Amino acid sequence: MANRRLAPASEQPASFAFSPENAEWAKGQIEKYPEGRQASAVIPLLWKAQEQNGGWLPQKAIEAVAAELGMPHIRVLEVATFYTMFALEPVGRFWIQLCGTVPCDSCGARELKGYLQERLGAPGHVSADGNFSWLEVECLGACCNAPMAQINQDYYEDLTPELLGKLMDDLAAGRPVKIGSQVGRTSSEPMGGADTLSDETLFDGSRVGAWRKRFEDQAAKSDDAVGKSEAVSSEQRAASDPKPAKPDSGRAVEEPPTDAPAQLNASGETPVKPGDKADAADPKESTAQPNKPAPSAPETIAEAEAAGAEAGTQSDLPRDEPPPQPVASGASADESSPKPTEPKTPSANAKEI
Amino acid sequence: MLSDQDRIFTNLYGLHSPGLEEARKRGAWDGTKFLLEMGRDWIIDEMKASGLRGRGGAGFPTGLKWSFMPKKSDGRPHYLVVNADESEPGTCKDREIMRHDPHLLIEGCMLASFSMAAHACYIYIRGEYVAEKHALQKAVDEAYAARLVGKDNVHGYPFDIYVHHGAGAYICGEETALLESLEGKKGMPRLKPPFPANMGLYGCPTTVNNVESIAVAGTILRRGGAWFAGLGGKNNTGTKLFCVSGHVNKPCNVEEELGITFRELIDKHCGGMRGGWDNLLCSIPGGSSVPLVPAEQIIDAKMDFDTLKNLGSGLGTAAVIVLDRSTDIVSAIARIAYFYKHESCGQCTPCREGTGWMWRVMLRMAEGRAQRREIDMLLDVTKQIEGHTICALGDAAAWPIQGLIRHFRPEIEKRIDRYSANPHSDPVRIAAE
Repeated sequence: MANRRLAPASEQPASFAFSPENAEWAKGQIEKYPEGRQASAVIPLLWKAQEQNGGWLPQKAIEAVAAELGMPHIRVLEVATFYTMFALEPVGRFWIQLCGTVPCDSCGARELKGYLQERLGAPGHVSADGNFSWLEVECLGACCNAPMAQINQDYYEDLTPELLGKLMDDLAAGRPVKIGSQVGRTSSEPMGGADTLSDETLFDGSRVGAWRKRFEDQAAKSDDAVGKSEAVSSEQRAASDPKPAKPDSGRAVEEPPTDAPAQLNASGETPVKPGDKADAADPKESTAQPNKPAPSAPETIAEAEAAGAEAGTQSDLPRDEPPPQPVASGASADESSPKPTEPKTPSANAKEI
Repeated sequence: MLSDQDRIFTNLYGLHSPGLEEARKRGAWDGTKFLLEMGRDWIIDEMKASGLRGRGGAGFPTGLKWSFMPKKSDGRPHYLVVNADESEPGTCKDREIMRHDPHLLIEGCMLASFSMAAHACYIYIRGEYVAEKHALQKAVDEAYAARLVGKDNVHGYPFDIYVHHGAGAYICGEETALLESLEGKKGMPRLKPPFPANMGLYGCPTTVNNVESIAVAGTILRRGGAWFAGLGGKNNTGTKLFCVSGHVNKPCNVEEELGITFRELIDKHCGGMRGGWDNLLCSIPGGSSVPLVPAEQIIDAKMDFDTLKNLGSGLGTAAVIVLDRSTDIVSAIARIAYFYKHESCGQCTPCREGTGWMWRVMLRMAEGRAQRREIDMLLDVTKQIEGHTICALGDAAAWPIQGLIRHFRPEIEKRIDRYSANPHSDPVRIAAE
């Protein structure tokens, strides 16, 4: 996280208002987003405010954007301090953001940093003539053209300290400069030109529409055997993608119970009627009778079984036990009957495998 | 080497005009109406058949992602959001698509939106890409003028596309942080679930895709999922933009088949390794957040998702950072640690505090001003950060350091020994900060 604060009060301008054309532009931005979602335009509007204010964002501009979008002031302040491209303090006429992340770092960004340090002093300060200020920033996404720097809105790539020095001189003097690579590359192609993408047919339009042949062939084929192909394809699909015979295993839908006491109470229904309560309190009606004699004879099979189990007499085999192994003959006997002379332990098995 | 005929981004280097007329000659917007008329399910099936895995880093199958969107709208609009917040160090491919082949992207947005019943698409472009924003906006305006997109367009499917500009925050490349940012808030990732496919932008079903994943859709649908699946290897199909940076003779972007070996990639397209192959120290093959792979393992490795995963690293965005023996590898990883310290959004404590802690320890280790046992302590801290944060930035901050300790522990120890063997005024620190 970067620690970012607003500029001190002495540097803050007294007021800020969008110029008429910028106000008009802002309306166009807000229209991009659905009704009531105008907060989405906060970043574009802050950008415009920064641009209008000479490259940095004063407190009054943040307040103006908040008012414009009907957002609380703090929400806009949060955004302005979170995103690192909003400069909260004054910057030079040319604001140099030098990429210092690993691809640039390994290709010479440290020398550039040393050069800027030497020429302009510590980062974040505007030079005496007001022309330059600089900062080391994180990856700017032009790594194939490392090292590079962004000056105001433009990328300058493939730099060396000498090239950067010359570039700064040209900018300060108002001479035209070339945006992009400073060593003659068009963009991110290999230096000296690419070996790829040289086929002329890619660019002359001769390939347009060639892909339609695939669909025409398919259409012709399917006309030949409509019914047959359909049946075959559905059979193939069934084989390769069998549908499971159970419903989707989504999360079970939990519905609140409707007949629990709490719900019944809430709906005004008493769970236990007062009359029932009085009945229940009557000792004569109690079902708990300690002296009640044990049932004399089992009336059902289930009761007989339960009684038998309690007494410990087991008249028959437990139901779940598999039937005893038959003394089989042939090949299966060798496998199933244990051989006491050659015990097969799991570890012996594992070794064999 | 991939044949030119099989390349999707034919204007990768901007040698031709990015304008609509030339883009059409290169094959963009060719029969889009025909593809739309094939129907939603056909598009998704074809994308699934192509085996395309998301090009933004995680490698999630794109067709599958599209199929997660609700089939029927419950009254809420659906959105497609394109993640053009390309900030992973080493990655510079989406930039080339947006400024040189923008019509492939816009067409892909239309096809993807149609397959998900979305009528609006936002392209979230990183703040630093000002020129790219203007180039893309120009292409969008062209498409509106030619009635290729818009409320009443020639394709008969109402579709609006908007370019939204960020303001410089790496974390906004995380899909939920991107949505927060798009809603006008700080880019702090959301907890998942709910997933964006159910509750995304403005609480509506949303799919977030990388620029490259969307921009290849048109060509895949035209030439067929089978064509794309025929390139590369099993489970790692198709072509991919590789961004090779660092110590090669000619750093460049290039579109290649997945599964090309590291050696072939560098030799064929980048003019070979600076100082010969013996000079290779290691490579970070997928952008700064993946662990580095030392020379002997990477040199003949296939550049695809699964091979690199098995090497304990990852393809990520295919941003191949090549480092030779002149590199101070401990300092380089310390610089990466600084990057994550700078870019942590501050929401989860392990990441907010841990990234700064790791960076400070790494700085000392780069000098050797540390204790040997602190190496294990550092490794332990990375494990405590990894997987304990809302988004993957904590993981991304931990992995480069884990990779360094895994492969270059002797180098760190050597520095510590050298430092402590030399007379100096300041004592070796006893405990970590």
